[in-house]
Amino acid sequence: MINPHPPHLARIIDRVQESDDIFTLRLRFNDPSIQSAYEFKPGQFNMVYLPGAGEVPISLSSDPDQKDSFFHTIRVAGRVTKGIDKLGIGDEIGIRGPYGQGWPLESAEGKDVIIVTGGLGCAPVVAVIHYVLKRRERFRRLVILQGVKHSHDLIWRASYERWAQAPDTQVLIAANATEAIWPWHIGTPIDLVQQADFDSANAVSMICGPEGMIVAAAKSLTERGLPEADIHVSLERNMQCGLGLCGHCQLGDKFLCKDGPVFAYPEVKFLLERGGL
Amino acid sequence: MPIPHYLPHSSLQQLFEALTEDGYAIVGPQAKENRIDFGEIRNTAELPWGIGLIQDAGASQLVDGPKNRCFAWANGPQAMKPLLFAPREPLWQIRHGKNGYVVDAINPETRRLAVIGLRPCDLSALRIQDQHFLEGQYPDSHYGARREGLLVIAVNCTHPAATCFCASTGDGPGAKESFDIALTEDDNGFVVETGSPEGEQILARLALKEALSTQMETAADNLRNAASSQRRSLVSDNLRDVLMSRLDHPHWDEVAERCLACGNCTAVCPTCFCHAEIEEASLGGNHSLHSREWDSCFGERHGYIHGKQLRPEIKQRYRQWLTHKLATWHDQFGRSGCVGCGRCIACCPVGIDITEEAAALLK
Ligand code: SF4
Ligand code: SF4
Ligand code: FES
Repeated sequence: MINPHPPHLARIIDRVQESDDIFTLRLRFNDPSIQSAYEFKPGQFNMVYLPGAGEVPISLSSDPDQKDSFFHTIRVAGRVTKGIDKLGIGDEIGIRGPYGQGWPLESAEGKDVIIVTGGLGCAPVVAVIHYVLKRRERFRRLVILQGVKHSHDLIWRASYERWAQAPDTQVLIAANATEAIWPWHIGTPIDLVQQADFDSANAVSMICGPEGMIVAAAKSLTERGLPEADIHVSLERNMQCGLGLCGHCQLGDKFLCKDGPVFAYPEVKFLLERGGL
Repeated sequence: MPIPHYLPHSSLQQLFEALTEDGYAIVGPQAKENRIDFGEIRNTAELPWGIGLIQDAGASQLVDGPKNRCFAWANGPQAMKPLLFAPREPLWQIRHGKNGYVVDAINPETRRLAVIGLRPCDLSALRIQDQHFLEGQYPDSHYGARREGLLVIAVNCTHPAATCFCASTGDGPGAKESFDIALTEDDNGFVVETGSPEGEQILARLALKEALSTQMETAADNLRNAASSQRRSLVSDNLRDVLMSRLDHPHWDEVAERCLACGNCTAVCPTCFCHAEIEEASLGGNHSLHSREWDSCFGERHGYIHGKQLRPEIKQRYRQWLTHKLATWHDQFGRSGCVGCGRCIACCPVGIDITEEAAALLK
């Protein structure tokens, strides 16, 4: 029986500071055979291990067709991510994965893709944006709805401005609070659903962010006529093993690490609307 | 179905010797500090002869039992679970090598264990733990290594405790499957059944007589009485829908007032599988050990994410335990997560009783 627990070592080959507390690492497994065999789908995650500190689940943010390396965009949120933030090019970390179910990108082909995110730098869906833009002809409209607390929390601001210029792409951003120059909406991403331009009979939505926002966004999308089965959400829990063993990622009957983290909305609607589970 | 045989008490030591010859270490029950504990034994004299056990909500006490019996008690706080799913064990270590870090997988040292004295409820729990640790996408190699050499000698329950309700969950008091050998004790010895070729192979060497029909009748009677003597019961239907539709029932608040969130129930529950992963860096910083240890959904770290508790209130934690055990377990494992052993009732410091709480929630 293969021991599923130990991580593989990977080296940081590039590092980009995205904002005060968000950074992106480009990583490559030390062992070339592991790197070349490594395959993932956007929406899946790795357990990222900082030696001496522990592991955290982080979603993959790079393009799955890039085979020589992979990216993690990480927000400093606790002890382990704080330690990873201090690492530089050439340093090693441990990686095991990929785990879980990714976004349903094949079934989104030929449809409008509506991305809704709230909170800070939602890496799971940024990977989807890159994925769609790189394979633009396979998809119809791309609608990006992004909500942040404060305008200065918007990372990749230049990217959003660039994406807004792309054909058949609509970018709508909202902040609850703003600085003086803020060309976008003031409010929540839910307000933006009204302005989104999509064909509800032929669209797929992918949402990530705080659970309350997910529920509100799904509700306004269904009010615009999008069937619940076409809404997919990425959830977070205290994942400690990624293997379906430790039990920490449970939400009702689901193990987020193996049944998710991406779910079709009807699978988790009751649990999310209920809250506190 | 192989023909049942009869193993007199006086020949039990021969069974131990056959097991030892085959390279098994024998683990069995012993009376210790007012409870029944499973540990390594060599001699049948170490079994809890003449011991009885009185258990009730929040209470458990060894008493004198019938002199010529060694299984006249129901269960202790632990049996199979810690032998396969270790309470704490290392998974890997990382250290500095010549050109960077080196990760060493740590695999457990295992021995072939013959465990005697598992109850039918323990066998059902074993089946669930097997499903959880071995039948998913990533089988757990630590559990698997220990499970591989395991020989199960079950002992059917003739003396259920007041906390037992396996008859209502369908898990006891007689074992139907998942054993190599199953024994039913009477005053002179045991009616023996085998459930696997390994079990048969071992018994064949003991030159036992076939059980007499009177002996088999006594065994069947004893098990029938054991079932009918159980006073507690859990509604045996799938409680999933009814419990999930009562997440706001006032009874959750009522239990939360009594519950200390100590986690005893999850620790003694033979089906609970939750564990936390922990990292211990050496003081010199040369290496770091990554381990896992049993965790509980009643504890602080279970629902911790980004500096926040998903289930800050005891009410939410008790609800997680009960709805997982009796409701969502059906979706995950195709059956309830409760095998009716009553351990959580006896080991609860304030005597919270899963059968009563479930009944109150169904009202
Ligand atoms: S819930 Fe209680 S009675 Fe049921 S299997 Fe677990 S410890 Fe035993
Ligand atoms: S979530 Fe709670 S009840 Fe369920 S297995 Fe884990 S500790 Fe046991
Ligand atoms: S993260 Fe351990 S079971 Fe899902």
